[in-house]
Amino acid sequence: MHLPDLNTVWFLLVGILFTGYAILDGFDFGVGILHLFIKKDEDRRILLNSIGPVWDGNEVWLVTGGGALFAAFPGAYATVFSGFYNAFMLLLVALIFRAVSIEFRSKEQGHAWRQGWDIAFSIGSFLAALLIGVAMGNITRGISLNSEGDYIGNFIHLLNPYSLLLGVTVVALFAMHGAIFLVLKTEGELQSTIKGWVPGLIGLFLVLFAAFNIATFFECPNLVTVMLTRPYGFAILGLDVLAALSIALLTTRGYEFGSFLMSSLTMVLLMAVLGISYFPNLVMSNPDPSNSLTIYNCVSTTKTLGNMLVIAIIGVPIVLAYTASIYWIFRGKTKLGHVGY
Amino acid sequence: MTVEILSRIQFTLTAAFHYIYPPMSIGLGALLVIMEGSYIKTKNPLYHQLAHFWTKVFGLVFAIGVATGIVMEFEFGTNWASYSRFVGDIFGSALAAEGIFAFFLESGFLALLLFGWDKVGPKLHFFSTCMVAFGAHFSALWIVVANSWMQTPAGYHLERISGQTHTPLPEGYVVQAQDLGHVRAVVDNFWDMVLNPSSIDRLTHVVLGAWLTGAFVVISISAWYLLKGKHQDFAKASLKIALTFAAVTSLLQMISADITARGVVRDQPIKLAAMEGVYETRDYTPMTLLGFVDAKKQEVHGPQIPGLLSFLCFHDCKQPVQGLLSMPSDEFLSLRYPGLSKENLAKERPKYWPMVGCVFQFYHIMIIVGTVLFGLAILGVILLWKGLLFKTDLPIIRGLLWVYVFSVLGPQICNQAGWFTAELGRQPWIVYNLLRTSEGLSRAVEANQVAFSIILFTLIYILLFITFIYLLNNKIQHGPVDDEGHHIKAPGVDPVDLFSKQGRA
Repeated sequence: MHLPDLNTVWFLLVGILFTGYAILDGFDFGVGILHLFIKKDEDRRILLNSIGPVWDGNEVWLVTGGGALFAAFPGAYATVFSGFYNAFMLLLVALIFRAVSIEFRSKEQGHAWRQGWDIAFSIGSFLAALLIGVAMGNITRGISLNSEGDYIGNFIHLLNPYSLLLGVTVVALFAMHGAIFLVLKTEGELQSTIKGWVPGLIGLFLVLFAAFNIATFFECPNLVTVMLTRPYGFAILGLDVLAALSIALLTTRGYEFGSFLMSSLTMVLLMAVLGISYFPNLVMSNPDPSNSLTIYNCVSTTKTLGNMLVIAIIGVPIVLAYTASIYWIFRGKTKLGHVGY
Repeated sequence: MTVEILSRIQFTLTAAFHYIYPPMSIGLGALLVIMEGSYIKTKNPLYHQLAHFWTKVFGLVFAIGVATGIVMEFEFGTNWASYSRFVGDIFGSALAAEGIFAFFLESGFLALLLFGWDKVGPKLHFFSTCMVAFGAHFSALWIVVANSWMQTPAGYHLERISGQTHTPLPEGYVVQAQDLGHVRAVVDNFWDMVLNPSSIDRLTHVVLGAWLTGAFVVISISAWYLLKGKHQDFAKASLKIALTFAAVTSLLQMISADITARGVVRDQPIKLAAMEGVYETRDYTPMTLLGFVDAKKQEVHGPQIPGLLSFLCFHDCKQPVQGLLSMPSDEFLSLRYPGLSKENLAKERPKYWPMVGCVFQFYHIMIIVGTVLFGLAILGVILLWKGLLFKTDLPIIRGLLWVYVFSVLGPQICNQAGWFTAELGRQPWIVYNLLRTSEGLSRAVEANQVAFSIILFTLIYILLFITFIYLLNNKIQHGPVDDEGHHIKAPGVDPVDLFSKQGRA
């Protein structure tokens, strides 16, 4: 058995960082998407406080993932961020409003004040989830690149039906994930309300996910061809569907934490399928595949990849250790106290 | 307007607005460590109240810092894609390290700092406060390292990429326009990159500036409480800590300023010449205390002290400071303009100068306001020591306290003016002597897209700033409260006694 090269290692690490981001900030966005459907002020505060201590650290996964992409594959970072200019500016606006709304919302008693920031929080979360999905959809489908590796389409091209479908699917996925997280963090009447939503959200996600897979079959023949040479990808896809179905079972049986784990696993497997069908590409060029950016043609030097690996080996275990400890300290049902939102 | 101008405006706007907040977080973070550390040591509940109240201010500041900070990381890719491709091998690792070592640390432990008062014991809470403060400092470290590399690149070589072959370029190679997209900087030695010639000087200068920013936030709010006769014990204890901290810090900042400026003379002589508007190279180079630059006539008007700039730069009154008219050198210019005569090279030379008038003014604003802050901090500590600062019935003390109330703006002005000096002074380069700012843009982005985002961010930042001021004012008006939500009453310990070692009372 030969060891994977550093390019592959960094393909995996960047993938892991973005998967971690999806799982962690995914439930924050989900809570945000569902926020306006909860009417009582006290309940909304419980929602905010359930993610209050952790959303900020969860967002760091995006920052670090972006930094890792920049460091390991500068060409892909430059192409994606400049190519998706308008979409990313809107994503930034969404992330800004999501962040400050959590902080500002409960600082004042007035109804208009709270309602205003509630709306900003919810729309910010919804828009962020949608844009992340649309961006992913375009990456999956491939974007038109010139020989210099620059995007040559425009914003409207990014809003194609396939990518919008993935956008909506991600919104449903995060809403489901957020609802499952909230079942874990709430109790009493609020919990039963949210519990009532879970089956519907799981169903919605599965329907959209099925539609997305069918669309991928027609829209991305390249990926299908690659998948056929890597048949284990289909096994993982199958496991993914099983994981999603098991959430429904676990929720009805009352295994709150188990269903949250399964929801997270659904995301891991989803990203794994994407990674398997995409490797070694980073940004596929469509229609001209020869302009695609891969882990070999837009990569940093082996020296930098090595240095970064040292940084990751030192840093990541420490980060995981204290992040896990902090989640442990804040485990259990969220209660309103004198500190918090 | 061109994509270049618009992208520069956008970066300036978003970076300048963002930079209101992190220095406050860093400075308040350091002060929180002192306050909570004092509580752990003395068990005096007053210190607990101090830590509790200033933590709330910290939380508000931190949230906006995070929200506006993520914009910065995206912008390198969105607006400066060519730059990102050129420096990714170097600059990217610093950003990734910032994420791993700084952002996770501060945001992770922030949870315990803000929400953990009842969840963990006092010692673990104090540990969390320390970790948040460390994280804030580490983030300054990595981003200043990355920026310093743009000022004084080191530990790298250039390479040409054609297809799969990468050819190293000789040292001193000057990047030409036709090289764009085919030449990049790659790391030779990670530590030479991190510890490039200006990293330590500039990091020290930035961190001390941040400490002053935090200290003057505390000084300002506490002085206001004293003037209004509210929360007296709280305000006195806060003022003592913050003023002492500010005095020590501003003393260190004077030393750091001297070292940093001499580093600029050594590494970026064009920037230094612009900071002082030095065109001709002359013995006994004077320093202009304040004035203005006539860029057309290439003169500076204003009161000057002969030999002072030479002395500050070289600790020798006579040694001349090199003027702009001889920089960059003919050798350098002829590499970029092969075959041009000496006279024609001289015509190209000003294209390699920053906007001298602006750099001059920003630099002088920083110096003047910084000196005033230094005076205020020292004066405050002397008055504390003499036991006069809290005599709020004296009109002169009231007047001074009002000055302290507004002093919160001082470090903010210095921070902004300092960064404008540093970044404008680096122009026209995005990476000093390697890549011009105009060569770092995103080719896939058009002017109207950038203009749209500038309008968007301007509106949002105005909204954020107004809300921030409004909520901060609410917090100040509401004042410190104890754990049950009551306003603090006399804690039973005379706060003056706590400082009996330095107070005369």
